[in-house]
Amino acid sequence: MNIIEVRNVTKEYSNHIALDDVSISIPKGSIFGLLGPNGAGKTSLIRIINQITGPDKGEILFDGQPLNSSHISRIGYLPEERGLYKKMKVGEQLLYLAQLKGLSQKEAMEKLKTWFIKFDIKTWWDKSVSDLSKGMQQKVQFVSTVLHEPDLIILDEPFSGFDPINANLIRDEILELKQKGSTIIFSTHRMETVEELCDNIALIHKAKKVLDGPKKLIKEQFKTHTYFVEYKGHIDELDPIYGILEEKEMEDGYHRTNIHLGEGASPNALLLNLLSKVEIRAFGENIPSMSDIFMRSVNEVPEA
Amino acid sequence: MRNIFLVIRREYMVRVKKKSFLIMTLLAPLLFVGFYAAVIWVALGSVDAKTVQVLDESGLFRNEFKDSETLKFTYIDKSIDSAKAGFKNSGVNALVYIPANVIKEPKSVRIYAAKNVSLDLKSEIEKVIEKQIEDIKLSEAGITHKILEDSRVNVSSETISLNEEGEKTSSSGAATVIGGICAFLIYMSVFIYGTQVMRGITEEKTSRIVEVIISSVKPFHLMLGKIIGVALVGLTQFVLWILLTTALTSATSAIFSSKMPKDPTQMAQGMQKMGPGMATQGMPGSNVENPIAEVLGAVNSLNIPLIVGCFLFYYLGGYLLYSALFGAVGAAVDNDADTQQFMLPITLPIIFSFVFAQFVLRDPDGTLAFWTSIIPFTSPVIMMVRIPFGVPAWEIALSMVLLIIGFMGTTWLAARIYRVGILMYGKKVSYKELAKWIFYK
Repeated sequence: MNIIEVRNVTKEYSNHIALDDVSISIPKGSIFGLLGPNGAGKTSLIRIINQITGPDKGEILFDGQPLNSSHISRIGYLPEERGLYKKMKVGEQLLYLAQLKGLSQKEAMEKLKTWFIKFDIKTWWDKSVSDLSKGMQQKVQFVSTVLHEPDLIILDEPFSGFDPINANLIRDEILELKQKGSTIIFSTHRMETVEELCDNIALIHKAKKVLDGPKKLIKEQFKTHTYFVEYKGHIDELDPIYGILEEKEMEDGYHRTNIHLGEGASPNALLLNLLSKVEIRAFGENIPSMSDIFMRSVNEVPEA
Repeated sequence: MRNIFLVIRREYMVRVKKKSFLIMTLLAPLLFVGFYAAVIWVALGSVDAKTVQVLDESGLFRNEFKDSETLKFTYIDKSIDSAKAGFKNSGVNALVYIPANVIKEPKSVRIYAAKNVSLDLKSEIEKVIEKQIEDIKLSEAGITHKILEDSRVNVSSETISLNEEGEKTSSSGAATVIGGICAFLIYMSVFIYGTQVMRGITEEKTSRIVEVIISSVKPFHLMLGKIIGVALVGLTQFVLWILLTTALTSATSAIFSSKMPKDPTQMAQGMQKMGPGMATQGMPGSNVENPIAEVLGAVNSLNIPLIVGCFLFYYLGGYLLYSALFGAVGAAVDNDADTQQFMLPITLPIIFSFVFAQFVLRDPDGTLAFWTSIIPFTSPVIMMVRIPFGVPAWEIALSMVLLIIGFMGTTWLAARIYRVGILMYGKKVSYKELAKWIFYK
């Protein structure tokens, strides 16, 4: 079941195309990474899902229904450019934002209390936002994003501006929200976050979707069938179906070599082959990192 | 609808809770009442009698100088030199010397005083002397005192306006004052509250909260909520001003009424002393007998419910028309400093209407008055100038309908600019660009 179904969406601005026939499915309960270089069209897509703007062509389904204003209260959105009313008190502001999302004052009050205790920020209630540090404001804004317990949480670069301790805190909260059944869309450049948290990804480049699917499958797809081996000694002769790509000597005297497996070759056979020649310390498959996949996909698309 | 209400409530509460709102709300009536109290105080305070010695060598003016509340005359029979010598220690305020040949040489009259004599005193004395010399010369020419008395008539005209409701005493003076005040209040409030809407929108844009808000509220609703919220702040301020001013004024009157002289003419004299026109201003053609009663009578002759009703309508209409435009400017720019270039075309019609108001006050039924009170951009100010003078019902109706159409038009226009502008950053916007935004689908 998909919580969001983007179907053939096109969005044009007066002088450029922001989204060109993009279709993406976001499964319920997953953490979905929306990736792409700057200006690729991620923010345009997020704004369409938030109903801030509408698509020129195509449609969006939310939980199976065409997106409409009743879905607004089921979405929580943390924009990349953070902002709060500077002169307003933290408590009042959070109450206001929660009520705009459809909570009653009483519900909002109760939920806020638990969050204020959880984040240990009780003393902030009557403080002006302008008196808080940037990191503190980020925390407040995160609370405002998830307070109404939305089914879909859209986080645009959620970790920017947080120190490692607070970033961890937020990460744990995100995982907990997922546990509770929320779907989370990440828009980010930080590939380590994607590596760690995302189940599914989509990559947008130059207004087009170039890649999407479960992270595992994509990694499978981008495998290069190369294995690394760390050893002492020297590999001289190998069957031609094993191509030695590069070999370098490590600081402690061991060597590390990448070997490509040709058609029909198996890693077991390679290992057997090597065992007789050198002393092996480590052996494994080269799994492409998200960063590699990102770079390769973006560079493959010809310059428009 | 719930969200519009939430936005209205926030915009309203944030502004009403500000210290500056409280200060303005309290200060304005205090200033007004302070001014009012000062006027009364000065009027009462100036009643301390001055003594004037009269040395009349001609013998023509005995008993001609009449004592009043402010002046006491005493007559002396001395030589001018000894009178001058004795003047210093006598405690007398002034010495009037009328030589024997005053009829032939009226300019030989002298007033001596320790300090400079006030113009009032000087003209008072001159008036008495002139009149006496005139009388003497006239009777020498054979015109008797009786004929003179009969020939003095006092003309005091009353303006009566004739209309369907019949004959009614109207006071063009009161109408001028009320019309002027209403026009000024509308002019000021459109400016002040329109700018507040603009600032509020720019603030949301620069603090980047707007993206969060419009993920829950439609941009149009957010704009409308802000405009209505600020309008209510203005209404609150007006209502509080009216209530506080009324309360304070009656309190002040109560305090002063114990000191107030029984005879209202004395009050009038006191007021007259403060400067020509102070008491009579706004009441041309009236016989200054009882200025307070006069003002009250003139004000009562106006259709107060109509004026208050129209004032509220034109305040709201004018404000809605202009604040939408101010809002569009706020959305189009990135910060307050950039608003200037777009402000001019908006502020010009308001300023013009205030300038026109001066002419309309003099000619409330002229062609300029008619057209400027029909066109929505000037009508809020101009129509309020005209209404105290009486305006045909169909003109008011036409002007109101056009104003409603006008603000719906500007709101539509503003909404189109707004929804594009609030998400547009770091771009210097031109008029051409704005026009393009209006026609985006």
